[in-house]
Amino acid sequence: MNRADIVIVGAGHGGAAAAAALRQNGFEGSVLMIGREPDLPYERPPLSKEYLARDKDFERLLIRPAHFWQERRIAMALGVEVVSVDAVAKVVRRSDDREIGYGALIWAAGGDPRRLSCAGADFAGVHAVRTRTDVDRLMAELDGGATRAVVIGGGYIGLEAAAVLTKLGCSVVLLEAQERVLARVAGAQLSRFFEVAHRAHGVDLRTGAAMQCIEGADGRVTGVRMADGSVVPADLVIVGIGITACVEPLLNAGAAGANGVDVDEYCRTTLPDVYAIGDCAAHANSFADGAVIRVESVQNANDMATTAAKMICGEPTPYKAIPWFWSNQYDLKLQTVGLSIGHDLAVMRGEPTEKSFSVVYLRQGKVIAIDCVNRTKDYVQGKKLVEAGAVVPPQRLADAAIALRDMYG
Amino acid sequence: MIKLTVKTRDGEAHAIEGRSGHTLMETIRKADIDELVALCGGSCSCATCHVFVEAGPSEVQTPAGEDEDDLLDSSDYRAGNSRLSCQIVLDESLEGLVVQIAPES
Repeated sequence: MNRADIVIVGAGHGGAAAAAALRQNGFEGSVLMIGREPDLPYERPPLSKEYLARDKDFERLLIRPAHFWQERRIAMALGVEVVSVDAVAKVVRRSDDREIGYGALIWAAGGDPRRLSCAGADFAGVHAVRTRTDVDRLMAELDGGATRAVVIGGGYIGLEAAAVLTKLGCSVVLLEAQERVLARVAGAQLSRFFEVAHRAHGVDLRTGAAMQCIEGADGRVTGVRMADGSVVPADLVIVGIGITACVEPLLNAGAAGANGVDVDEYCRTTLPDVYAIGDCAAHANSFADGAVIRVESVQNANDMATTAAKMICGEPTPYKAIPWFWSNQYDLKLQTVGLSIGHDLAVMRGEPTEKSFSVVYLRQGKVIAIDCVNRTKDYVQGKKLVEAGAVVPPQRLADAAIALRDMYG
Repeated sequence: MIKLTVKTRDGEAHAIEGRSGHTLMETIRKADIDELVALCGGSCSCATCHVFVEAGPSEVQTPAGEDEDDLLDSSDYRAGNSRLSCQIVLDESLEGLVVQIAPES
């Protein structure tokens, strides 16, 4: 195929959802999905959870079975990357040098794990957790007898990996450079709670931990050298320090963007007929007071995919889906609704010591987000408060005896 | 294999088969029925795999746990026989199960 009506770049959650949504909305033209991984679209969240824990095999992670794509005439070019875009000629060039014309382009390329910039970052045994290949490699080392793990970064990926590795019998040291884990995505109360929980499960969790480099021998990691000169021995290292958006070909083609590629409320970039969705799409988010942000979540990838597909099918519907997110660690089920960035008040609801509580975030008196730990009821009922930007007195929110449902209006 | 019937939103009945130990959500997804979004992949964190159980053992007609019950409350279409299909694990006792996919909330 040298041309497709729609070329989708990226075969992750966003790309898969876009292809499915195009067909659901009646799009009849040709669709080609180009993905750099060899696999059909699969769910990424289990990579740091059930897949690493071997509770689910890979087949169970597939977003749709192979015949689904065939029957809906979604062509797949897997194991190839798009390296450049000519937005005038409407052609993408692939890593295998082939050129493919497009009528419209949906850029759903996601992100690359941020790498350590220090010495030793390339040693064998230093892992990211982003793709199936990353995790397969990690699991092979565990099978080979690796038992001492160092996790660099206390974000969700790092914390989830630490939880699974602990369960698998590894000794785990988690190094977070900032003063608390989850600093980028949650308030201090939630950070403290997860720090306590991980330590209780035996994780040697260190905040404010400044590292110097990765130590190794014969090209293989042996430990992590800290700024004070001490060395934390390691058989394997997991680096979970965020992602950088994969947007270079688009920016080189002239699309506006800096951290990611800029899109409007219909997921359109500044290039004609070029859309961007998911982790790499910087957009003015109505749940972040209009701030231009990237949201790295399945929800965002999926809902943006629908937005782009509807626009292409002539049913413009602006993107304003409510953000939600989840994370599972040990027996703790975190569910988040809204975005807590920019909150000026965080209200604790329930008792962290009882492992069931919520943190309600407010900005200028309005509820903007809720982090719920083992408290699905608050998650479900609180969604309406976030959607409405409800103004509720903090002392009322803190009263766990009153259901959030009774705080509307 | 366990034989099941899944009715899509247009009312059409699809005879499908599932493996013991797999969830109903996975089984529906594998059978090429794309009305189930199942966004969280079965970790009981969303409510996008909502079905109504029309025929099957009585235990399978009510939510298995508090989380599922709470999540179902987020649907405008919750009924007495509502379930999240990711929380139904197939076994022989479910042979002949009939479910209807719930409307999108």
